[in-house]
Amino acid sequence: MIIQQISVFLENRAGQLLDVTRVLAENEIDMQAINIAETADYGIARLIVATPQRAMRILQEKGFILRLTPVVEATVPDRPGGLNELLSAVAEAGIDIEYMYSAFQGQRNGLAYMVFRVGDAERLEDVLKNIS
Amino acid sequence: MEHYYQPEIECASQEQILAWQNERLVKQVRHVWDNVPYYRKKMEEKGVAPGDVQSVADLHKLPFLTKDDLRDAYPYGLLAAPMRDCVRIQSTSGTTGRRVVAFYTQHDLDLWEDCCARAIVAAGGTADDVCHVSYGYGLFTGGPGLNGGSHRVGCLTIPMSSGNTDRQLQFMVDLGATILCCTPSYAAYLAESIQERGLRDQIKLKAGIFGAEAWSEEMRQDIQNKLGIKAYDIYGLTETSGPGVSFECSAQTGMHVNEDHFIAEIIDPDTGEVLPEGSKGELVFSSITKEAFPLLRYRTRDICVLTREKCSCGRTHVKMCKPMGRSDDMLIVKGVNVFPSQIETVLLEQGYPANYQIIVDRVNNSDTLEVMVEMTPEIFSDSLGRVSEMEKGLVAALKAMLGIYARVRLVAPKSITRSEGKAVRVIDKRKI
Repeated sequence: MIIQQISVFLENRAGQLLDVTRVLAENEIDMQAINIAETADYGIARLIVATPQRAMRILQEKGFILRLTPVVEATVPDRPGGLNELLSAVAEAGIDIEYMYSAFQGQRNGLAYMVFRVGDAERLEDVLKNIS
Repeated sequence: MEHYYQPEIECASQEQILAWQNERLVKQVRHVWDNVPYYRKKMEEKGVAPGDVQSVADLHKLPFLTKDDLRDAYPYGLLAAPMRDCVRIQSTSGTTGRRVVAFYTQHDLDLWEDCCARAIVAAGGTADDVCHVSYGYGLFTGGPGLNGGSHRVGCLTIPMSSGNTDRQLQFMVDLGATILCCTPSYAAYLAESIQERGLRDQIKLKAGIFGAEAWSEEMRQDIQNKLGIKAYDIYGLTETSGPGVSFECSAQTGMHVNEDHFIAEIIDPDTGEVLPEGSKGELVFSSITKEAFPLLRYRTRDICVLTREKCSCGRTHVKMCKPMGRSDDMLIVKGVNVFPSQIETVLLEQGYPANYQIIVDRVNNSDTLEVMVEMTPEIFSDSLGRVSEMEKGLVAALKAMLGIYARVRLVAPKSITRSEGKAVRVIDKRKI
């Protein structure tokens, strides 16, 4: 499923991430996944939230630098080999993965969730549909 | 025992110096009027003709020249000699993207190198010395100036230029360098390196000639103690040939201006009024012997005091103190001129808004320059690689503009402090 990810610019200074989580908490925005990519000088926090449009608006008003990026959320059987099978199918289809990270939705249904950033999101979606 | 390179000039009577200045100024005004339409127009606008300048007393009638004029006239607008007679250019940074280009005939080079030779001899240099020149060579005037001066004195000249400390120290020790010429911060850095490597008793240095940036008495004492040398100040700008406009003598209480080549004035930077001897104000130079690029009443933006008190060294040329500050926003970082407006130009060209802050500091005796740039929604990308590329592109563009490496730090909006609505553009943490 293609969903919207919010990327937030984080300056390399103490308290930057806390500023973000505080705004989300104050506005009761439910977060489903978070990943932070960093360099020596700055970081990018990538967030999956239940209400991305609302979250974007609120964070923008507070002065954060943002970008909305389409990513693909996939379910993975929560057992050994689950991720390996999925990634094999993705590799066989010749799709390059720019980055990926895991998500959570609070359901105990034997499934894990992965978020993928790829060049062609629709194509990955098709590949994933064919696996399940 | 004092030594002079050209004693008959350096110790000439003040009447003789004035006589030279009067004669040369009149000739130079005519030379510029005849060959530099840009300055002739300025003179006409001020209602001054060559006939109105009969002596130094009339100097104040002439219009000023500033770096802005040099930018407007770039590249050949202030050239006063035919191209076929010009044998060199040297260049330094100008405001925004325009560089300052100075031209030299062989005659101009000879005079310039004489001035540098005076500085080296004042520091005790003779033909038996080994002169280690670590000022930058190339377009920058430091290296070429002291290199030429060293040749004239007859020293064995080591054209090291800057950088590669291992090699600097290797030659300094192996060749027995006795005189060191470089920026004061590099001298301090070499001094530290020498101490760290335990090379102190293998160094044969006796004197150093340091300039191209401001340095304090404390720094002088530090360098003198660490290297066991006497440290002399030297001053100059590309617009007046380069280093050697003035130089320090054994008294170490100010720099003698080479008045047979340059007439010095102190003016009020706001009104342009010429101030009496001993007043603090902006230093202005008129080049009276140069042929290719003779600037009249060039405003240096350096704040200074001139004094004609008798000097124990025997030289009679007017002395200037160490520059005390500037009347513009130019910085000198690692010996290189940096204007905040240049950084602004690069940012705008690269698609960044002009929200920046420049932080200058000194770490381990070496100047550092950091530019904080505000990240914007337009520039921000989800891709780390993309943001890193943009940062590298900005570093490269700044290097191309400034000539030195500036660290770039991308920051969140509101990180750059604002005071009373106006952004603080430059934070200089150095204690010079």
